[in-house]
Amino acid sequence: MPQHIALKDPNREARIFSARTVTAILIVMGLLGLILARYHTLQITEYETYRTQSERNRVQLQPLPPKRGLIYDRNGILLADNRPSHLLSIVVERVPDLEQTLAELQQLVPISESDLEAFYKKKNQRRPYEAVPLRFRLTEGERAVLAVNRHRLPGVTVEAQLLRHYPHGELFSHAIGYVGRINERETFELDASDYRGTFHIGKVGVEKYYEDILHGDVGYQNVETNAHGRVLRVLERFDPKPGADLVLHLDIELQRVAFEALGEQRGAVVAMDPATGGVLALVSTPGYDSNLFVNGISSADYSALRDSPDVPLFNRAVQGQYPPGSTIKPMLAMAGLESGLVTPEYTVADPGWYSLPGDSRRYRDWILKIRGTGHAPRVDLEMAIAESCDVYFYDLARRMTIDGMYEYLHPFGLGERSGIDTTNERRGVLPSTRWKRDAMNQPWYPGETISAGIGQGYMLATPVQLAVATTALATHGTHYSPRLVQAINGEAVSAPQLPPVPGSEAHWQAVQAAMREVVHGRRGSARKIAKGIQYEMAGKTGTAQVIGIAQGEIYREEEVAERHRNHGLFIAFAPLENPTIAVAVIVENGGGSSAAYPIARQVIDAWLLDEENPAVAADVAGPVEAN
Amino acid sequence: MGDYVRQLPGSSAGLARRPGATQRFHLDVPLLGLLLALTLFGLVVLYSASGQDMGAVIRQGRFFLVGFAVMITAAQISLQRFQRWGPWFYLGGVALLVAVDIAGVGAKGAQRWLSIGGFRFQPSEIMKLTVPMTVAWYLADRTLPPRFKYIVACLGIIAIPAALILIQPDLGTALLIAASGLFVVFMAGIGWGYIFGAVLLAVASAWPVWMYGLKEYQQQRILTLLNPESDKLGAGWNIIQSKTAIGSGGWEGKGWLKGTQSQLDFLPESHTDFIIAVLAEEWGLRGVIILMGLYLLILLRGFWIGIHAQSSYGRLMAGSLTLTFFVYIFVNMGMVAGLLPVVGVPLPLVSAGGTSVVTLMAGFGLLMAVSTEPRRVVH
Repeated sequence: MPQHIALKDPNREARIFSARTVTAILIVMGLLGLILARYHTLQITEYETYRTQSERNRVQLQPLPPKRGLIYDRNGILLADNRPSHLLSIVVERVPDLEQTLAELQQLVPISESDLEAFYKKKNQRRPYEAVPLRFRLTEGERAVLAVNRHRLPGVTVEAQLLRHYPHGELFSHAIGYVGRINERETFELDASDYRGTFHIGKVGVEKYYEDILHGDVGYQNVETNAHGRVLRVLERFDPKPGADLVLHLDIELQRVAFEALGEQRGAVVAMDPATGGVLALVSTPGYDSNLFVNGISSADYSALRDSPDVPLFNRAVQGQYPPGSTIKPMLAMAGLESGLVTPEYTVADPGWYSLPGDSRRYRDWILKIRGTGHAPRVDLEMAIAESCDVYFYDLARRMTIDGMYEYLHPFGLGERSGIDTTNERRGVLPSTRWKRDAMNQPWYPGETISAGIGQGYMLATPVQLAVATTALATHGTHYSPRLVQAINGEAVSAPQLPPVPGSEAHWQAVQAAMREVVHGRRGSARKIAKGIQYEMAGKTGTAQVIGIAQGEIYREEEVAERHRNHGLFIAFAPLENPTIAVAVIVENGGGSSAAYPIARQVIDAWLLDEENPAVAADVAGPVEAN
Repeated sequence: MGDYVRQLPGSSAGLARRPGATQRFHLDVPLLGLLLALTLFGLVVLYSASGQDMGAVIRQGRFFLVGFAVMITAAQISLQRFQRWGPWFYLGGVALLVAVDIAGVGAKGAQRWLSIGGFRFQPSEIMKLTVPMTVAWYLADRTLPPRFKYIVACLGIIAIPAALILIQPDLGTALLIAASGLFVVFMAGIGWGYIFGAVLLAVASAWPVWMYGLKEYQQQRILTLLNPESDKLGAGWNIIQSKTAIGSGGWEGKGWLKGTQSQLDFLPESHTDFIIAVLAEEWGLRGVIILMGLYLLILLRGFWIGIHAQSSYGRLMAGSLTLTFFVYIFVNMGMVAGLLPVVGVPLPLVSAGGTSVVTLMAGFGLLMAVSTEPRRVVH
């Protein structure tokens, strides 16, 4: 510091400062002059304009909320519409004593604590003379009571507005989601002017994913009102732009069949059109009545849904991550063929168990506990898939290694979000040595490769992922990111194509032929559903263990608590030649795949055998009528 | 009085005279008079703007009393002491800002307040004085105009609190505090090359940030800020109403307590940030000129004190405090008239509110300490 003091020149510094002060004064005067000029313009030049504007200060700008877009199924059946509903609101400026008015209103119609809370919140954000909603969905009787008492309640208005309604309730709860009242966090994030006059917003599912499109654009009108707030005339009006209507790929009939087939069981069904990626059915049970959420669900209803052990709010179709079990085998077989580790003729010795070289641990085949031996002395690819032979795939998995499996299974869409146009999709797990190092900071053990070979261990997939993988099996490798929405305002939306799964024709056909045997083969694991079937179906059963079974212990279903029973899975597509539907089914704690494959049969029947088509319907009934 | 004023800058004629009361209490009489006139005028406007609420006027009057007490107290403190204490207050303020970012009480979604024993205050308010004090302390003993590395150090002193306030988030205050510090650097004689260079750099970097650094909705918010009238139902509503209030006042005004825009609640924030619109509506352009005249006299007095200060520190403080005071006036009057984006800046010493009064008056106390510095040297 001393050297600075030595260099300081007080006179020079004073001169610099004085010069700067003069500059500052000039800038200050200039800018103040600019401000003064602005006030001069407003108050003298444009005085007349503003005077007139202020004369008309009872002119109000009213927001006109847009009509929310409708949602239809593929046949044009309404799945979400808007119904007129009456709401009670208050123009605070016109109420002499707000507390007293609220007390009087509470005598006339029921007003809940949460209604009041929402009212006060909204009241603090309103502009002068803007009506603040207090109670939604007034009944006829309540409207009558309010009409009678209207004269002594100045500032209280009853208005009609459109409110979301879901005619099919629980049937589509997980497929399209729901709207609900805008909450505080959303208020903060939303474009405030676009949502003026709008009280609801998509919370989950298609309703949320397509919120921007469904909502539309707000309009407004300038109205002149008299001293009592009655609108005398509309001065100018900018119409709101209604939200776009959505047509879904979903088919209400298919949806209903899947929903009823699942019945009281917990599970999910996803059906897709392999040619387009369109989602034909998306069901997760149990569901809930979406209408409950539209106007703020009561806390009793909400805690019932939230605390139910069946987690009805959980969308199993996209959020549920399950071990795929043996449904992974067709994909793995394809991997084996493509990598050259097996051929269609290649066989594996099957004593009913498998062990790693130099390790005494026995990995059992599921058939061991039933027959006490393997499927056959030697098992080839077709038999391995048709009868779901574990030993064949234990051997293939070991030779392929976990990273080899990752390389071939990843293109099917496993371990990656499918990109379906709805909310909360999970990505599942397609394990690899790298995944395990990153996720658990542990090395990969050879035994884990064995369980991965039958879709157990770390491997997890959502029903939507399994459906996408099934479409790839159906189309020889061409698959799409699933789309619920088919068209927006009449304009077709196409699903983005996923990178194709590479594979030779001969290999795809070998795997498809084996999957055909699963259903139609004499010893196929899903042969029970082949009875009376009128088309060729390719499928694959799966059973996913919920709890680990210790070495040497025999699993007995009836002894295991319901919640610990195995999940039943089934994937399928049909018709075998030129498939038009691919299905993935999971039944939680269904015991085994036998809980799942009948559901797939019903769904595919409903799709292929349209009962409105008399020819086909007669065909189905054929053997019974026998005329 | 006129004679006395001319003798203030420590001339020997002044020293020869017997010290009067104002001299003994280190008061700058012209500044004191102007401030008294401004605050009284402010209370008259406030009575109307608050909807003839005497309670609001009394409350504000009490703030003014506290403010004047703070000012007089501050004027008694010697400049050397300000210079020594400044950096410590600065460090304390920065610590409080960190505390607020961690444990602050949110108001309208932003964390600005710190609550200690039930007493709530905004640490960012402290920084409005301590940032210029610290920059001035840093530069005062160095050769002026400052060399490049000292400028960089000053920018560091300014950037730390500004960044902490920015993340609260409070863009307006962060910019004002940054400006108050930069004014010191400007008054210290920083080369014009640096100034134009910085401006060019800011303009040149704005485009890539806009194109690649901001999401579409963020761009939309900035566009709305710059052109609020595009958002007729949101931010634009305030501006349309305030412009209507100002414009309909004309030259003569509608008369005290007779403004329809303000009295019928059409004007938002009429007693706080938008109070100038009430004045313009009820007193007309004449009233605006009177107010601006008062402000201008205060500003000129501030600059005058700076020019006649004896130390570098005193000069830098006087210059920067005066410029900061000007920025408040400019930003507030500009935003209410639709000339500048709407940021929450009160009209100094007229808008209702206590914190800004206390800070501003503390600043004027420091200004008085500068103005009476020479006499102190002789005593």
